[in-house]
Amino acid sequence: MSAAPESAQSRKERRDAALAALVAGVPYARFLGIAIERRGDELTALLPFQPSLIGNPLIPALHGGATAAFLEVTAIIELAWSALIEDEAAIDPARLPRMPKTIDFSIDYLRPGLPRDAYARARVNRSGRRFASVHVEAWQDSRARPFATATGHFLMPGGAGAGDG
Amino acid sequence: MSETTETGPTFPLSQAQAFIEALPHARALGMRIEACGAAGVEMSMAWDARFVGDPETGVIHGGAVSALMDTAAGTMAMFSRDPPAVTATLGLRIDYMRSATPGERVRCRAVCFHRTRSVAFIRVTAWDDDAARPVATATGSFTLDPLPGARR
Repeated sequence: MSAAPESAQSRKERRDAALAALVAGVPYARFLGIAIERRGDELTALLPFQPSLIGNPLIPALHGGATAAFLEVTAIIELAWSALIEDEAAIDPARLPRMPKTIDFSIDYLRPGLPRDAYARARVNRSGRRFASVHVEAWQDSRARPFATATGHFLMPGGAGAGDG
Repeated sequence: MSETTETGPTFPLSQAQAFIEALPHARALGMRIEACGAAGVEMSMAWDARFVGDPETGVIHGGAVSALMDTAAGTMAMFSRDPPAVTATLGLRIDYMRSATPGERVRCRAVCFHRTRSVAFIRVTAWDDDAARPVATATGSFTLDPLPGARR
């Protein structure tokens, strides 16, 4: 139990700082230009368009690998975040837990990613002590028309059997 | 045809590398083509601090390995036909066996193990300097369409 009650505003600032630190701690997310926005308990990942994300310049369409990485980063951040906010008192932007590790990741490419901004949201289907299953969808113009979806399994940090390097 | 054989045609590396260089995202990740033919496509990517997923360990992000494997698999799908086909990824599943060793080049080899008129089924394996233990494997399905103006 904390000694003094924390104000809602201070709690929000601490949460936002922790989320920002979580994202900043992934160099590859920075390389791709990924930003994460939080509205209450819902996270939305943003992949601002840049020419270096293009795969086939003739179509032109986003590279399947860039899309895959965007989905995977979104899934990992959602998972790390949802594990973090389970224990509100332990949220410390300066001391964040290790990130979950991807075991497998399966992507469905539904339509070409257009040369414009993309968004993604992930849903943790199951989160156990050691393993988690996460589903993630990415869209551009319309949330109802995702251009790629993915499901992955992850090894939770610090769980029994985790940490083989 | 249900299996590609080891005797399929190969394509000039300079031409294949020029194709890779024309893909902005592949160029951004510094991908290099090592071998290219109907029997298999080999590609590699240098370790780079910008590609790291976990700064505490320096291990490259799974997404960067995915991008390399997707590019090799797509290139393999393309060159599974002669003349090469236009291709797009339908689905890709990646299994991450272990962390790639920081500082080491990631290499992968894509093989087409089945091809229909419209779809190529590709398997990819990725390694670092320890070729005995794969870093990741992937299987993917890719659409096949004739190049504009090309005959089937």
